[in-house]
Amino acid sequence: MKLSVWTYEGPPHVGALRVATGMTGLHYVLHAPQGDTYADLLFTMIERRNHRPPITYTTFQAQDLSSDTAQLFKTACENAYERFKPQAMIVGASCTAELIQDDPGGMAEMMGMPIPIIPLELPSYQRKENFGCDETFFQLCRALAEPTDKTAEVTANLIGPTGLGFRHRDDIVEVTALLKEMGISVNVCAPMGSSPDDLKRLGAAHFNVLMYPETGESACRWMERDLGLPFTKTVPIGVGATRDFVAEVSKLTGLPAKIDEARLRLPWYSASVDSTYLTGKRVFIFGDGTHVAAAARIARDEMGFEVAGLGCYNREMARPIRALAKEYGVEALITDDYLDVEQTIEALAPEMILGTQMERHIGKRLGIPCAVISAPVHVQDYPARYSPLMGLEGANVIFDTWVHPLVMGLEEHLLNMFREDFEFYDDAGASHHGGTHVPRAADAPPVAAAETPAAAEPGQAIWLADAERELKKIPFFVRGKARRNTESFAAERGVAEIGVDTLYEAKAHYAR
Amino acid sequence: MTQHTPPPPTTGCRNAPVLKQRGQHEVFCGLTGIIWLHRKMQDAFFLVVGSRTCAHLLQSAAGVMIFAEPRFGTAILEETDLAGLADAQDELEREVDRLLARRSDIRQLFLVGSCPSEVIKLDLAKASEKLSAKHAPKVRVLNYSGSGIETTFTEGEDACLASMVPALPATDKRQLMLVGALPDVVEDQALDLLAQMGIEDITVLPARLADTEVAVGPNTVFALTQPFLGGTHATLERRGARHLPAPFPFGEEGTTAWLHAVAREFGVDQDLFDAVTDAPRARARKAVAKATETLNGKSVFFFPDSQLEIPLARFLTRECGMTALEVGAPFIHKDVVGPDMDLLADGTQLSEGQDVDLQLERCRAALPDLTVCGLGLANPLEAEGLTTKWAIELVFTPVHFYEQAGDLAALFSRPIRRREALKLEAAS
Repeated sequence: MKLSVWTYEGPPHVGALRVATGMTGLHYVLHAPQGDTYADLLFTMIERRNHRPPITYTTFQAQDLSSDTAQLFKTACENAYERFKPQAMIVGASCTAELIQDDPGGMAEMMGMPIPIIPLELPSYQRKENFGCDETFFQLCRALAEPTDKTAEVTANLIGPTGLGFRHRDDIVEVTALLKEMGISVNVCAPMGSSPDDLKRLGAAHFNVLMYPETGESACRWMERDLGLPFTKTVPIGVGATRDFVAEVSKLTGLPAKIDEARLRLPWYSASVDSTYLTGKRVFIFGDGTHVAAAARIARDEMGFEVAGLGCYNREMARPIRALAKEYGVEALITDDYLDVEQTIEALAPEMILGTQMERHIGKRLGIPCAVISAPVHVQDYPARYSPLMGLEGANVIFDTWVHPLVMGLEEHLLNMFREDFEFYDDAGASHHGGTHVPRAADAPPVAAAETPAAAEPGQAIWLADAERELKKIPFFVRGKARRNTESFAAERGVAEIGVDTLYEAKAHYAR
Repeated sequence: MTQHTPPPPTTGCRNAPVLKQRGQHEVFCGLTGIIWLHRKMQDAFFLVVGSRTCAHLLQSAAGVMIFAEPRFGTAILEETDLAGLADAQDELEREVDRLLARRSDIRQLFLVGSCPSEVIKLDLAKASEKLSAKHAPKVRVLNYSGSGIETTFTEGEDACLASMVPALPATDKRQLMLVGALPDVVEDQALDLLAQMGIEDITVLPARLADTEVAVGPNTVFALTQPFLGGTHATLERRGARHLPAPFPFGEEGTTAWLHAVAREFGVDQDLFDAVTDAPRARARKAVAKATETLNGKSVFFFPDSQLEIPLARFLTRECGMTALEVGAPFIHKDVVGPDMDLLADGTQLSEGQDVDLQLERCRAALPDLTVCGLGLANPLEAEGLTTKWAIELVFTPVHFYEQAGDLAALFSRPIRRREALKLEAAS
């Protein structure tokens, strides 16, 4: 048993539903108790889909447990087929139905339906949402895809986008355009936008583009083995990665690497003088493995940030993320425990968080700006406007998204100069974020200098009152860093009490 | 008491035939109630003993994640708990100890049963007894079921309140008990109205804090403020308390009838009653009239959700001039909503339980001006051209008693006004 406050991933059947919802002509019959239908609103509300996800739940209740839940499942299957006439159905159990062991897969296969029935084994008490996506799509490919002649022209499949995916809708458009410039068209994009009939002709493509390893890697590996389709290993998020991706595609296909960079603005925006203030900003990166790896490269190489820490919540990616962390000289945080992440952020005191919806809350509590780079996401992360993460436009979007939560260049200077100004004072926050301007409280009476300093942890230096006051004069967005630097400076030198001098000695020591 | 609403229908719907179907239920389970219960009881923690699905539901259902440090969590069952490799009771005890050590503000802990914990027959009653003995007197540990196999949406609150009743101290005091979790501002309004009528001995279940003494006994009469409290109603009767049946306090008519049932019980004379209620009644009528300009003559279709459907249909048909095409409720407890059913127009189609696909067909055929439904159905129906009101807002918004009557009506008129307001065609 493990106590969880917030969870980064849903159960695996939600992953299966993301696959089904991305597709057309597929129906999911889920043996599940009443209440599990909440999953529908992930799609209808958070993603704002305009139709119900293609799923029938048996919604059994206590009285059914004592009679016949198996019959309930069979009836649900028959009714779903009659009503929706899908090309294929996936069937499975949610966590509770797994315990009553009705074997929905076995039952459905025995029913003699005139369409392919694909049973899903998704162990709810071991695995999670991403596994559910990956495994479901793999089973669909295995059941439906057949060896077939290749298309005459070079074509690719786009693999991995699902319902409720973070920016999948727009990434598809961007990657399709990237390939088109090289003269490659898309054979099938799946799961998103495909039907079971489309999956039959996956093998006609010349290679697969694995857009999201979290949801499509098993299928790509199977297609590589059984259909002879190689797949790309670079996820084109960021300028460098996009260029690498184009080179990789060129190598796979023998076509010349072509990329029209006319629309690409990140490199210039990052080089322009207003961005100087971004230099060395300490960022903490957390999310799914794929997005974290991409974000780390962008943060260091394209934005000039310093990666203060990174990690991922999906254990499936633990190995590559650990290796990546080593390369960045930090320790990887591999956990799905929200409280661990919060604790790590608090200890590292970064100037910015690149995280998920959860880290946005941590940031709010700790007063650290946060930009969302990965699922889990919320309704505001499905914008109406075109906003991919992949490709060149994706890089532009990322520049804007990451800079937005920060205080802007010139404003940072004003804050430095007019620390005690009525408008540019600490708690007012960045001026472009709207919200009510909080006027400064009338000056509090000065704290008596003789005040006893707060008891410190053993081995930790004590802040003297005047140093504490001086620290408060430092603008809020660098105060965390200043406090941390001063404390480690004091610790290194065995200084027991931090005075104003210690603060400025530390500042000089860490000057870059 | 002056009547401002139409005379009651000749027979009402109390004994009207009810359509019952069994198919997919598109409803929440009782765990969802934790979202508002943990705000109401400010020193309580709700620990769901369940699966990742339960945790995912809690954070997705209300689009929450707005509470940085929530007072609810899920003890997620793992393989080892299911395979009997770990003693689930010991595991639970360990997690509770850790939680209580970290959160010293917790005075009441609810262990909340879920579908998986009930299927594996994890005995939470035993666990809470043991934990109560261990952590008394600082923390009281109770347990109830919020599982989807036992409870539907608001039945979770019912089960929670019912779990508190057996532990209440006994009293012979003549008193009124208000039962149901209301927003504090609304609860204060109700207490104030009753105090003005001279009814002072009032206790509220659930109390905001664990230390507030709530007692019950044979001289307690209770009034429900929510229609989904059938189970709590039964447990209170077992403690000797007597129920005051009344329409629910939605809108001017409902609030007046509800207050009147209490006033009659406590011998409040009519002049005093009028003196206290005349002004707020007039305000409520005025506020409702504004929304009625939009709602009058329109039709409404209710999908089953919170059990508020029958009292709300009564409000919309009698005070806002709407016609109810179908009123679906997950359950119909006539002991509780009977007085509201008496006021529903003869021939109103009632349905209990659900086969969502068949109900959607009826809804599309009926083409209502407004459809009240859950979050899973609202956007798909909007995309089909129907105007909808998400039902969950009705349990998350202060809607009871006079001062909120206008807000309640506006919740229904806003979607209709919005559809009329949006103009996206070219100007010429």
